[in-house]
Amino acid sequence: MASRKPFRWHIGVFLAPAVLVYTAIMIIPLFGTLNLSLYNLEGQNRIFVGLANFATLFGDPRWSDAFWNALWNNCWFFLVHMAIQNPIGILLAALLSSPRLRMAAFYRTAIFIPTILSFVIVGFVWKLILSPIWGIAPGMLDAVGLKSLFAPWLGREEYALTTLALISVWQFVGIPMMLIYAALLSIPDDVIEAAEMDGLTGLSQFWKIKLPLILPSIGIISILTFVGNFNAFDLIYVSQGALAGPDFSTDILGTFLYRTFFGFQLQLGDPHMGATIATAMFAIILVGVCLYLFGIQTRLRRYQF
Amino acid sequence: MTRTFRFALLASTLLGGAASAQDVTLTIESWRNDDLTIWQDTLIPAFEAQNPGIKVVFAPTAPAEYNAALNSKLAAGSAGDLITCRPFDASLELYNQGHLTDLSGLAAMANFSPVAKSAWQTDDGSATFCVPMASVIHGFIYNADAFAELGLSVPTTRDEFFAVLDAIKADGTYIPMAMGTNDQWEAATMGYNNIGPNYWKGEEGRLALIAGEQSLTDPQWVAPFEELARWKDYLGDGFEAQTYPDSQNLFTLGRAAIYPAGSWEISGFNAQAGFKMGAFPPPVAAAGDTCYISDHTDIAIGLNAKSPNAEAATKFLEWVGSAEFATLYANALPGFFSLNSTPVEMQDPLAQEFVSWRGKCQPTIRSTYQILSRGTPNLENETWNASANVIRGSETPADAAKRLQDGLASWYAPQQ
Repeated sequence: MASRKPFRWHIGVFLAPAVLVYTAIMIIPLFGTLNLSLYNLEGQNRIFVGLANFATLFGDPRWSDAFWNALWNNCWFFLVHMAIQNPIGILLAALLSSPRLRMAAFYRTAIFIPTILSFVIVGFVWKLILSPIWGIAPGMLDAVGLKSLFAPWLGREEYALTTLALISVWQFVGIPMMLIYAALLSIPDDVIEAAEMDGLTGLSQFWKIKLPLILPSIGIISILTFVGNFNAFDLIYVSQGALAGPDFSTDILGTFLYRTFFGFQLQLGDPHMGATIATAMFAIILVGVCLYLFGIQTRLRRYQF
Repeated sequence: MTRTFRFALLASTLLGGAASAQDVTLTIESWRNDDLTIWQDTLIPAFEAQNPGIKVVFAPTAPAEYNAALNSKLAAGSAGDLITCRPFDASLELYNQGHLTDLSGLAAMANFSPVAKSAWQTDDGSATFCVPMASVIHGFIYNADAFAELGLSVPTTRDEFFAVLDAIKADGTYIPMAMGTNDQWEAATMGYNNIGPNYWKGEEGRLALIAGEQSLTDPQWVAPFEELARWKDYLGDGFEAQTYPDSQNLFTLGRAAIYPAGSWEISGFNAQAGFKMGAFPPPVAAAGDTCYISDHTDIAIGLNAKSPNAEAATKFLEWVGSAEFATLYANALPGFFSLNSTPVEMQDPLAQEFVSWRGKCQPTIRSTYQILSRGTPNLENETWNASANVIRGSETPADAAKRLQDGLASWYAPQQ
């Protein structure tokens, strides 16, 4: 006779605090936002409009131009991070994990410090550095005879977004560095020794042994970068304002959402269209993360030591 | 023991309440926390001395939080008796929701011109719900020492204005004009809406635009953009990344000769600048033309419809509308000019210069503020972007005007 397992109450009890808090501050607001995007104001009353807000966002040329502009800028922002921040992060981690490097702890700390700075400080400091009037950038370029290369980068449509992306790279390069560094340290010495026995050293050891072993970490970093970049807002807001100048060239989904949801200057806030944009952002991030999880993560080979 | 203590507390509260109940206390909601000392030391004592039995408390909130905090206080019924009013739609919305009392019957309202009241009226002008306090005037502040050094005289016509700019540029000691396009709003506020009224003839053009009789693509509305496009050559190196504080500092450090300004700069500039300053209104096309200035209504005060002390509050509002308040306020805050029709004696020479233009020029307000910025896209915000684009040269004046007109026509019926 199979005795019924007693119901394990303690599991529920231990889960409850986290589940309740997470539901109250994350899940309910999330569904509230999704719900809000299906309503709009008719006079003073809130009425259900179905997907009409999405039709406006994608169908009305004013809204859709702004949306696609923000989405494209966001993609560019992400590409710069993927192409520059993450390779540099890996390179720095590889250098740091080299046993012959002196003062590794100092470099590690110095490179990581910008990450813990506030966006407000980073935006303000870089704005000052790059200022054509008071900044040290023109002076430094002048000192090496390259003054002609200087331009008011943050004020030019063609450079502003890339400049901001690079500032963000400077700030956050410490994160991939730390994660990869930890992954590199966790590679067992016997694997490395075995490689050395087989005559694999230096760069080829990195490419053939270490890189495959840290690929899962690189995957996680990519997904963190993706989510972080598509939710980005602070740096652009601090350095270019909510209008994301010049001429919306630095407008990303976060600033577009902020302007719409909360309003700006004489523009009153529109919570319904704002929620619509937030829902679109949520969908984009969800699709991106799913593509990664099911398309890439499951195919990555993992090595157990 | 505890119980005795509680009774003592209760009794003292009741007695304390009884003691002050003879006095009516009025609370003022405001976003001007910079002005706290002026209210406490100058304005409130002056009122209380004349009105024994009425106490006034000035209770400001941070500017960025004011609208949200005020709305929730009004909804909860805990807002003060007197409400400082933002211009146009923010306050109109409060009036429409029944939070502000119609003050059209106030005797002091006779002291204000129709333009002064327009920011706090219903669209048809039938009800005025706030007593106008102050406006800011646009123009150009210049470095008088630099002008003397270069032998320049103050320009009155557009040709003279550009001749002066050319002369400063040719000399090379000073940046001709301190303005940047990074923050965008200066280009619209101190650019387009500063020089524009001379082209669209102030109120005449502004009201015609609201009525749908003129459009933003008409020559008088495109021409200010054409003039802005010419400014580009006279701004400092890298003006594209120059922010508003950068421009202020360039001017007060004596590195720039002319600053397209709003009068709110006066007290800051007086404290910062080590040279003599002067001011001139936006230059006109030909000598002798009527000049128009942007005398933008900015701040007013209204009565909370649910105030239990309406009688005392009305007394206070009558005083705010008086010439005495105007004098006290304008002298305490040079650059915030009284909207009262009675001329106000001011001590500050720069403020006197600004306010003297009211005598010879026709006043108007910023063209985008009344009614036209109610929809999406928002005309004021679009004008920031368009003005900055035109100055940077990335959009032609005609294209910018067409884009603004298309945006306005997309939601504003009289323009369709």
